[in-house]
Amino acid sequence: MSQVRKAAVLVSGGLDSMLAVRVLQEQGVHVEGINFYTGFCVEGHTHAIRKKDQKKDKRNNALWVAEQLGIKLHIVDIVEEYKNVLINPKHGYGANMNPCLDCKIFMVKKAVEWMEKKGFDFIATGEVVGQRPMSQRKDTMPVVSNESGANDLLLRPLCAKNLPPTLPEREGWVDRETLYDFSGRTRKPQMALAKEFGFEDYATPAGGCCFLTDESYSVKLVDLWKARGSRDYEMDDIMLLKVGRHLRPRENFKMIISREEGENNFLQGYKNRYITMRVSDHPGPLVLIDGVANEEELALAGRILARFGKGKRAEEVTVEITPPGEEGYEIQVAPMPPSQIEQNWYI
Amino acid sequence: MAEYSIDTQGLLCPMPVIRAQDKVEELQPGDRLEVLSSDPGAMNDIPAWCRINGHTVLEKVQQGREVRILIEVGEG
Ligand code: SF4
Repeated sequence: MSQVRKAAVLVSGGLDSMLAVRVLQEQGVHVEGINFYTGFCVEGHTHAIRKKDQKKDKRNNALWVAEQLGIKLHIVDIVEEYKNVLINPKHGYGANMNPCLDCKIFMVKKAVEWMEKKGFDFIATGEVVGQRPMSQRKDTMPVVSNESGANDLLLRPLCAKNLPPTLPEREGWVDRETLYDFSGRTRKPQMALAKEFGFEDYATPAGGCCFLTDESYSVKLVDLWKARGSRDYEMDDIMLLKVGRHLRPRENFKMIISREEGENNFLQGYKNRYITMRVSDHPGPLVLIDGVANEEELALAGRILARFGKGKRAEEVTVEITPPGEEGYEIQVAPMPPSQIEQNWYI
Repeated sequence: MAEYSIDTQGLLCPMPVIRAQDKVEELQPGDRLEVLSSDPGAMNDIPAWCRINGHTVLEKVQQGREVRILIEVGEG
């Protein structure tokens, strides 16, 4: 009997990687999934922040997909190493701050390391030629194979017939004839194949797998870098960019204002690291101050904050300011009239 | 059989799963690992990860925002 070959497949939680896994399984290949966590993934935590989202199923799609397919899944934390990918992408950014091509190269490279360590034979992805404007183009697909070091050990089962045969095909570990020739942006062939395999309930991320493809998120990230004078970030920063309304009334600080109870609770968790403010004599949101602000600027922040709470029409409200790890103190301010809140403060 | 514990409080999913996974890698079948988390998402994600990878969840308790999950390491 011929040896069972082992493939490590990059599993994002979306349909394409799910199909790639199943195609290989059909050929008798032993498959295990690898999922990378960059910190920007749409998966996980953020689903649970906003209250309206808490009612939705909070499943982690990559885990769910693995369970449907009956494969093991290894989640790899690349938060630290990913910083270099995002801050200095050799191939630049996509429509927003998404460095998709460098990201793919990096992930495949990590998968190669994993494959070698675990004694697997090759790597596969759910990529389709022409599907994504940056990382999945006919001319960039070989770039991923070469620069990741995977070379011809990287198989794309969904579009293999449009690409030169890889080692797994040439060696007969998989039968090239039973692989696919999908191409372009259409999702129809994937959906048809999903039907054939009996997949019904799958995730369909629209833009991409991470927040970096989101315009408003990217704008906030660039603003953060500009304000700090350096293109760096910590985990807290990237989490906070996902939450609340962001206003920068002065260059040296911004306000993160919760929009509802779930965000309120989430921001509470940062009390020990940021100045927090709230109107104490009327219901209203919680604010985190990111940056440095003097007393006068905090009073300004208080006036803006008051505008977003129930006391917005009061002549004066009491604002409680709590520096990290200290007792709070109160100040009186007049809510700012809407006409004075400048549009360009909104990030 | 040995017992271990990791505290992932303050981390958001999927970090608790990753921490549990990396600890389990070092353990032997039959060992037990207690995972503490402050993310209620761990109530779903850690058991799902265990089912996929052949480990058993012996206990799963949520009190407020605190989650405690006890895993028995499987054959792998
Ligand atoms: S969408 Fe995000 S995670 Fe996906 S390839 Fe692009 S940068 Fe990487």
